[in-house]
Amino acid sequence: MMDARIEARTYGALLPTRKEILRYAGLGKAEDAQVEALLEEALTLSHKALCGRVCFSLLPLSHKDGELDLGFALTDSADLARALRHCDRILLFAATVGVEMDRLILRESRKSMTMGLLLGAIGTAAVEALCDRFCKDVGEALAQKGELLSPRFSPGYGDLPLSLQKEIFSYLGCSRSIGLTLNESLLMTPAKSVTAIAGIKWAAN
Amino acid sequence: MNLLHYLKDHLLLLDGGLGTLLQERGLLPGELPEDWNLSHPECIREIHTAYFDAGSNVVNLNTFGANTLKYTPEQLDAVIGAAVRIGREAIASSCGEQPKWLALDIGPTGRMLKPFGDLDFEDAVAIFAETVRIGVRHGVDLILIETMNDSYETKAALLAAKENSDLPVFVSNAYGEDGKLMTGATPAAMVALLEGMGADAIGVNCSQGPAALAGVVEEYLRLSSLPVLFKPNAGLPRTVDGKTVFDVSPEAFSEEVARLIERGVRIAGGCCGTTPAYLSALSRRGNTLSPLPVTEKHRTVVSSYARAVTLGGAPILIGERINPTGKKRFQEALRRADMDYILREGLLQEEKGAQILDVNVGLPDIAEKEMLCRAVAELQAVTALPLQIDTADPVAMEAALRLYNGKAMINSVNGKRESMEAVFPLAKKYGGVVVALTLDENGIPARAEERLGIARRILACAEEYGLAKEDLLFDPLALTVSTDPTAARETLRALELIRLELGCHTSLGVSNVSFGLPARDLINGTFFAMALERGLSAAILNPYSEEMQKTYAAFCALSGLDANCASYIEFASSRQVSAAVTAPSTPAAGPSAKEEGESGLRRAIRKGLREQAASLTSELLQSIPPLSVIEQEIIPALDAVGIGFEQKTVYLPQLLMSAEAAKGAFEAVKAAMPDKGSATRAAVVLATVKGDIHDIGKNIVRLLLENYGFAVTDLGRDVSPERILEETLRQNAPIVGLSALMTTTVPAMEETVRLLHERAPHCRVMVGGAVLNPDYAKAIGADYYAKDAMEAVRCAEEIERLLV
Repeated sequence: MMDARIEARTYGALLPTRKEILRYAGLGKAEDAQVEALLEEALTLSHKALCGRVCFSLLPLSHKDGELDLGFALTDSADLARALRHCDRILLFAATVGVEMDRLILRESRKSMTMGLLLGAIGTAAVEALCDRFCKDVGEALAQKGELLSPRFSPGYGDLPLSLQKEIFSYLGCSRSIGLTLNESLLMTPAKSVTAIAGIKWAAN
Repeated sequence: MNLLHYLKDHLLLLDGGLGTLLQERGLLPGELPEDWNLSHPECIREIHTAYFDAGSNVVNLNTFGANTLKYTPEQLDAVIGAAVRIGREAIASSCGEQPKWLALDIGPTGRMLKPFGDLDFEDAVAIFAETVRIGVRHGVDLILIETMNDSYETKAALLAAKENSDLPVFVSNAYGEDGKLMTGATPAAMVALLEGMGADAIGVNCSQGPAALAGVVEEYLRLSSLPVLFKPNAGLPRTVDGKTVFDVSPEAFSEEVARLIERGVRIAGGCCGTTPAYLSALSRRGNTLSPLPVTEKHRTVVSSYARAVTLGGAPILIGERINPTGKKRFQEALRRADMDYILREGLLQEEKGAQILDVNVGLPDIAEKEMLCRAVAELQAVTALPLQIDTADPVAMEAALRLYNGKAMINSVNGKRESMEAVFPLAKKYGGVVVALTLDENGIPARAEERLGIARRILACAEEYGLAKEDLLFDPLALTVSTDPTAARETLRALELIRLELGCHTSLGVSNVSFGLPARDLINGTFFAMALERGLSAAILNPYSEEMQKTYAAFCALSGLDANCASYIEFASSRQVSAAVTAPSTPAAGPSAKEEGESGLRRAIRKGLREQAASLTSELLQSIPPLSVIEQEIIPALDAVGIGFEQKTVYLPQLLMSAEAAKGAFEAVKAAMPDKGSATRAAVVLATVKGDIHDIGKNIVRLLLENYGFAVTDLGRDVSPERILEETLRQNAPIVGLSALMTTTVPAMEETVRLLHERAPHCRVMVGGAVLNPDYAKAIGADYYAKDAMEAVRCAEEIERLLV
């Protein structure tokens, strides 16, 4: 079912910067005409495959007895509590660049592993770029009301357990709204996806 | 009253949204709506009754997510049983006088199927099957599979419904703004798949409002021979004062839906945001309309996960290269289960313009069913081309058709009773277009009229099995003209007779005709042109053949099948460009570009030039023995790059490109001595451990190990400890390489190491992956830790040294 408490947005093909891609590909600063040509091709292919989608919800946040009530789940993660200091609401979101990117990586890896590696790096960089863009959009809207969005924090960071993924998926209904699913090992499909929590606080604080 | 009878001359009204109404009554996000069948039955009954009162014929029971992933079998029985009971009570308490039915509602599992997700296709079928069986036991009237956004999961649900009930099954998919399912299927692809498998009605629901989905629905109406269902949202949701509201009013909604009923929609209702008020409006508006008859479209069509290919327009090219017959290198790839080789053969044909891929992996000494399933599963993950399942073994054929994500071409049936009895039931159950060869117990008749006679008998038999003539593609069989001068003529006559007398589509394996003649391509190309002119619908051919490509491009241009000759011009100019490029570019790779003392081949490998490395290797092999090429050229070049990587002057992508260039060189060596075993060094078993699906690192290790001559068996990703042990024992492999990327899967790695040390003490285990370091590796009992692919090669070499 569609739920107005949970919104979805489509961003389409959002390409990351070259610098980010090369970083994820483990290429550092090395200049190489061969790799450069492959990267061009990889970017062209990715442009057709990337389809950024985000679903999200704004939830109240409260602290009680050393636990955080995130509005959809409880957690005793100290690292998350630190990241959400002074916040009274959270932005919960899931972002994915779509299953076509998984398919493209699988397909091209069969032909050239180098291409597969570059595409994998593009996918990883692309979902980060998608998160950045989405958080920037939300942050700007909040800023108008005098609120600030804190940096995002994902399950698996610090002491925030990966098992929180189950609650996130159950709450956001990611599969129906953006085609993002969770498997038994708590891995996401499409693979190039991110779930995260960002705190919202008054700018005055 | 019988539902399908009623549907013949009435508009069937479904109900509206349930979830939105439950949220208004307090259902929380994350809470299972189906639990309310037990906790708030009166609430569900009230909503069902309101829909019947509004005029709905069918109410969707509150079972959308009721499956064994969320409930134990006992709970599931209770939840579905309560749903049916509530539905019956609603029928009894409604004042509506229309006929009423209860639908078992089946939604997606929320999990993604393999290979991208972790849910096995057969497990998905089993999950849906359990829900279906319970629903049937409690007496539902029909099954409505809805809101499916993936073609493969839709197929699993429909298969489960058909295998476990005789009830009518309606199937509805959720299309995005781009007019496709989330995993890429177009309406044409879904219509092909669902009609092929025998759904009773198909259509579209959820995701958007009626106006936004109109294009998709019109596509269904144009293509489908089944009643079309339409169940859109009340537009898009937004929050006003903390309440969810939708932006299309009941009146506007019913007008939009009515417009599509006037175009042919036969089953209508609403999804998210539609309330009984919407259904009342729709019911009133529906009563003013007379439903259009459902018409047969007689389309011959196959499909993949993404797209449909229709026969009858421009002729279709079916690539024949995935076939071991007469190909030593392909046979070797099959025996080694070298899937990369087989997949590359598929992808290359796609690049050359093949529109369907024939898949034949039959060899006397391999298990055909397993190999065919594996090839189909892997091909359909990476190509959007429909597949032609090509096997003489009905068991292999059924297994492959079952897991095929689309409507396949089936190759083949013939006029023998036994063949038809084996193949037609499969085509009926799983869908498919069957290639029918005009031969029977007496062989291939010489005369065209007799082949037509066999075609007639095949067609009659197909009809007995419920197949129509559009489900068949007749192959009048090209025989060799060198042994019988009338062979080509009779084949072409038979082709034309079948087309004109039976009105059926035709296909030909073209290249047989030239067997035993020189310059076969010339004969093939001309024969192909003659067949096309007689109205051939599809050809099974070698897409790499330039002559065939020329004939095809020119034929389409000359027959008015190529608007503005655009494809022809593109084809011709690509030929000119490639001719211009290949000639002058060769010297660039010559001595001038060489570094001092470095041979052309070593340079090609260092620079990562795969094709050049392969061609230079072939050249060298003319004068130098294969082993010397490996030892004096390929390995030193690889070593140089590897050392550069270790010293951080070469980066990973460059290392990989060099490794792939070296692989190209090895392929050339192998081609020169195909009978020699390719690997001469120790056996290595590689795997990404259970629970982990990251395999890029492991694949890089495999590539490098293979380059260095190790006999690598790659078990893939998410591999159980038992499977790894089994393969290690089977090969008596001295080296096992394990990869894990996530902290959560290190325990699985530890378990695997423990099992290997206990049951295969002869082997040494090396581990690697992002979460590991030397201490951690030691802690879980691994013998070696490799921080990257080069180090994995060094470890393997060391283990090998210690063996001697």
